[in-house]
Amino acid sequence: MSLWTTILIASGIVLGTKLLGYLVPASIAAHPRIQRISDLLTVALLASLVVTQSIGAGSAVVVDARVAAVVVAGSLFWRKVPFIVVIIAAALVAAGLRAIGWAA
Amino acid sequence: MTTPAVRSAVGTALSVAGAVSLYGISFGALSTASGLDFWQTQVLSLFMFSGGSQFAIIGLVAGGATGFSAIAAAGLLGIRNGLYAVRMSSVVGPGFFKRLIAGHWTIDESTAVSIAQEEPRAQRVGFWVTGAAIYVGWNTTTAIGAVIGDALGDVRAYGLDAAAAAAFVGLLWPRIHSREPIAVAAVAAVVTALAIPTLPAGVPIIVAALAGLALALVRERRHA
Repeated sequence: MSLWTTILIASGIVLGTKLLGYLVPASIAAHPRIQRISDLLTVALLASLVVTQSIGAGSAVVVDARVAAVVVAGSLFWRKVPFIVVIIAAALVAAGLRAIGWAA
Repeated sequence: MTTPAVRSAVGTALSVAGAVSLYGISFGALSTASGLDFWQTQVLSLFMFSGGSQFAIIGLVAGGATGFSAIAAAGLLGIRNGLYAVRMSSVVGPGFFKRLIAGHWTIDESTAVSIAQEEPRAQRVGFWVTGAAIYVGWNTTTAIGAVIGDALGDVRAYGLDAAAAAAFVGLLWPRIHSREPIAVAAVAAVVTALAIPTLPAGVPIIVAALAGLALALVRERRHA
């Protein structure tokens, strides 16, 4: 599959999902059970993405500067530091560790 | 007529939009570093317009995943937007064209700002201002990131890969304040870590989603 095909199909699916939501009768989707399950599915996906982005490198597990940055980010989010500040801090931690050669 | 509630909604909308938009620079730069060209990057921000799905797709493409897993991961992550849409349906109100644009702008932030408001008018204003401001801001900064990304060279030297990981932590964080989601997040994280070396790139996220879904369904049966 070409990269363009992937991008266009995925974009179509994501956009289509949003539009479909406006066609669903409110009584079905507002069902508490559907809401709870969809919340938990989102949590599972995000947790998986955190791990993939922190230690994944293709089909290998690599512990590098990203892990330190994610730990710092987690502790800053814990302290309710604003989103953008945390993102910048995480980038600086990883960049700093790489610059001084403490982590890959 | 501008009430204090509406002014407050606009203030929240614009500060959220500002933070998210800055982050688009990181997306643009990471995307071109992942092997997408300028227009492929911009098409994602223009048409897909959902940060989680966009980062998932470039991360998986960079990791050598197949197109199928990249599409599946982006699609699965986008499911929540459909549920937000159902929630926003009454806030947006009738009108085909209006609902079409609203659908496109239905994302984490526009929904979150809207449902945080008390008054119906503030809810409506919160949704539209957040959606519009992020759409314009995110696409502008995506383009800037995609252009200067090439000039920057290896984005890892600036920690932009770590910024993406941190962003997912930030999206996950507000969702794990009780035992059930914490358990699901932990299971998904462990499954992913175990699956990365054993399964093709992009498949671990699908396995983790299924594991999380299975756990959620088991819990539901117990509630029932």
